Amino acid sequence: MRDMQRSTDRTQRNRSGLPSNPAQAQSERRAPSKASTSSMPELIQPFELSEESAPRSKLDELTFAHWRRAGVTPARPCSDAVFLRRAYLDLTGTLPSTEEARAFLLDTTPDKRARLLDALLARPEYASYWSLRWGDVLRIKSEFPINLWPNAVQAYHRWVYAAMQSNMPYDRFVRAMLTATGSNFRVPEVNFWRAVQSRDPESLARAVALTFMGVRAERWPRQRLQGMAAFFAKVAYKKTLEWKEEIVYFDPRLEAPSLRGVAPTFPDGKPARIPPGTDPRAVFADWLLASGNPWFAKSAVNRYWYWLFGRGIIHEADDIRPDNPPCNPALIPYLEKEFIASGYDVRKLLRLITASATYQLSPVPRGKRTAGDTCFASYPLRRLEAEVLIDAIDQVTGSMESYSSPIPEPFTFVPESERTIALADGSITSSFLDLFGRPARDNGYLSERNIAPSAAQRLHMINSSHIQRKLEQSVVLRGILRSRLPRQVVTQLYLTILSRYPTSGEMATALEYLRTGGLNGGLDLAWALLNSAEFTYRH
Amino acid sequence: MTNGIRVTRREALTGGLVAAATGVIVPDALAYAVERSQSQRKAPARSVIQVWLWGGPAHMDTFDPKPNSGSDYTGPFTKPIATNVDGIQINELLTELAKVADKYSIIRSMTHGNNAHETAAYITQTGRMPGGRIVFPGVGAVVTLFKGYDAGYKGLIPPYIVLTQLQGRFSEVGFLGTKVKPFATGGDPAQQRFVVEGIVSQSISDARQQQRRELLHRLDTLALALKDDPNIVAYGQCEAQAYDMILGEGRKIFDLSQEKDDLRAQYGRTTFGQSCLMARRLVEQGVPFVTINSQGWDTHKEHFQTMRRKLPELDKGLAALLKDLSDRGLLDSTIVWVSGEFGRTPKVQWEPPWNGGRGHWGPVFSALVAGGGFKGGHVVGASDAVAAEVKDRPVYPWDLLQSMYMLLGIDPAAKLPHPQGLDVRVSPTKEEGLKSGGPLMEIM
Repeated sequence: MRDMQRSTDRTQRNRSGLPSNPAQAQSERRAPSKASTSSMPELIQPFELSEESAPRSKLDELTFAHWRRAGVTPARPCSDAVFLRRAYLDLTGTLPSTEEARAFLLDTTPDKRARLLDALLARPEYASYWSLRWGDVLRIKSEFPINLWPNAVQAYHRWVYAAMQSNMPYDRFVRAMLTATGSNFRVPEVNFWRAVQSRDPESLARAVALTFMGVRAERWPRQRLQGMAAFFAKVAYKKTLEWKEEIVYFDPRLEAPSLRGVAPTFPDGKPARIPPGTDPRAVFADWLLASGNPWFAKSAVNRYWYWLFGRGIIHEADDIRPDNPPCNPALIPYLEKEFIASGYDVRKLLRLITASATYQLSPVPRGKRTAGDTCFASYPLRRLEAEVLIDAIDQVTGSMESYSSPIPEPFTFVPESERTIALADGSITSSFLDLFGRPARDNGYLSERNIAPSAAQRLHMINSSHIQRKLEQSVVLRGILRSRLPRQVVTQLYLTILSRYPTSGEMATALEYLRTGGLNGGLDLAWALLNSAEFTYRH
Repeated sequence: MTNGIRVTRREALTGGLVAAATGVIVPDALAYAVERSQSQRKAPARSVIQVWLWGGPAHMDTFDPKPNSGSDYTGPFTKPIATNVDGIQINELLTELAKVADKYSIIRSMTHGNNAHETAAYITQTGRMPGGRIVFPGVGAVVTLFKGYDAGYKGLIPPYIVLTQLQGRFSEVGFLGTKVKPFATGGDPAQQRFVVEGIVSQSISDARQQQRRELLHRLDTLALALKDDPNIVAYGQCEAQAYDMILGEGRKIFDLSQEKDDLRAQYGRTTFGQSCLMARRLVEQGVPFVTINSQGWDTHKEHFQTMRRKLPELDKGLAALLKDLSDRGLLDSTIVWVSGEFGRTPKVQWEPPWNGGRGHWGPVFSALVAGGGFKGGHVVGASDAVAAEVKDRPVYPWDLLQSMYMLLGIDPAAKLPHPQGLDVRVSPTKEEGLKSGGPLMEIM
């Protein structure tokens, strides 16, 4: 409900917020882009400032020094419009509303980017979006092959959401899951031990290694994996009389036949001492969360970097091993140190990275090489994730999705007002989400999510009844198109769909189309912006 | 492990007994090198039409009638009919299929022992047991991998089509990823106009399609500024492909009005019937894998009423498809595979709340195969007197899928590209330790 009310508000504000005349729209356009010069090619102008990028933090000193050594010129600083959209999408998985976009672009105070970051980190969408990302990694889904079942999925997701919202320190978040005991409904974090395809100690060890160490333990020598598995050999499960309730607990009597004679040994080779009657998981957690642990903070900062840039400093972000070096060796130790010193404060870590000049580079590289080849000397383009994309489409058209899952019992019906990024269950039926590469949440690899484009996706966006209906029936668009001032129509469409003002060339093209395009001119204009790479890709 | 995954003890026992009785072959893709090289040389099959009866059709009320098992088991269906093949009888409502029994073979001893929809669908369509870290791709995705774009498929239509809706809650592609994902048409081929989602638009004229496409190109500022970026290049290529389908030849293939009215009537003017016709048009174009998802076979209640409604639809569409494929010389190169994820409980559940229903039944069920190198007019295996267990010649899903791969010239021992580099083969290897009845050499 909360979200629906907000979006209705937005629509109304959109209408009343129209500039009163075209001249005003013009001046609005010029005001925020003082920094860009008229000699810049118009194509690039909306995306970057004309000045050179320069370091402004310790993080930047490390990246700029690296680029200097590598002979790479970093991209220019991104424009305010690009920053706005990027920060919204990366931190909240949500587009700015028309009014939010206008207000930010017209704001002339020098610290507006910093203030925006603080505001975004405090929004409820922040918690929804990061729960979605953690939901992928933690494999939160009802159905095969994870089989958490709906009640547990809701409980687990809610627990993660609360942790995101309250900014639970990352070490506490992980310890809670690692040492959890109790009912899957009442102690939701025990579901970590259920969200696996197989519950033998080695499978549990692999899940822990992947999730909290960024390591693919199946590549380890067998002995090392077994030594780690021995910590999880006493994780027991039992049913209750309640439908699909399950208790996860420590059972000291359990013996795993495959681990006979294997003593719990930490992945760094040190043997563990487990006092009698102690849950070995707690001993493992103590080791993992100790500040010198070579995997824990490293994998966390690298994964958060991946989430912000679409690529880890160590790539892939969940495949940390000695022969997979970071592209910039100084960066991870610095981020680790800051992260630990902050008490594992995730919001602070995200703030640190997103406030940097490095994060705020333009998407346009200065040479032929892509961001992956230059260690982030430009901001890497990525297609919006399935859930973010459908939310963005729904927001700009003022429409909603309805999700339900008739099986397994109990049936799940999601209120239409709920955003797609807030879905708890990765197995809820949706052909759109499947088409756009939602991860299966089968094994928790980051690569499960697919953001590659396909012809079928473009068919859907270009010509499906699903999207066409949203455009034709859109109250938001109708409100915009009702204006008799074509310049206002164009400006408002740009602000709503692309979160920026049009360039003069775009304005001319759009006006020409509105003049000749007949009744459908305005809808086609919205359609074209919706199908542009700029709408579809983080940039 | 939650209930769905585990093979029941009953199944393990009966499976074991069957194995002992028939001298089970331990499956090992590598052991079929001889058959493989032979089948590769011949490789008669080019395409597969999978008729997926989602929900689990009652085997005893379709292709494995047991008229003498008593009314507790038969319900009202006590008069199976003879077919045009001596000795083969099928359900009395399948009158058209009875006339073309020489074109297909019935497998009456399919088994996997699992009674949960998702898990059984996974087993039947991937030919693997669930568990472990690997989520296997379904047969459609595997065929697409070996017969699709990477294997020289040049068709405009995507190589893997689902008519009309994805099953949902089942990843067709498993670890193979979106590259081999099916294209689901949406729409309803039984309507006046088959509105294929994304390809056939109801309201946009061709002129407007062109106009707004040009507008998009002119306003796609980021794409113009970054035209060398690999993401942008890929995005543009996908757009070009999309318009080839929207404005080019692609949509004509989906235009069923190009078929004669009396042929359309033979298939039945139902969604299922016209889907069968559509499938024929697609394999005619060389599409390697077409799935027809037919829903509504999960008949816990009102089982017999539902059968009376659904069987004639199935009968008409499927018989017309087999005849039409055969008339056009396509049946020799097209495998038609008809199956659900399991069968249904042999004993009718007359008690409330079912009041004449049948539950899930994985110990034995039936499948039908035709064309593409499968002989017609045969029955493979048998169930027991009440269609409750395999009596003779168990056929596990991986046995059937391996047979299809062999007919398609796909090496069952070929490696599948696993994203984490695991060694995964098309068909199960010995190490996977699955029981097997061996491929269907008797009808190949």
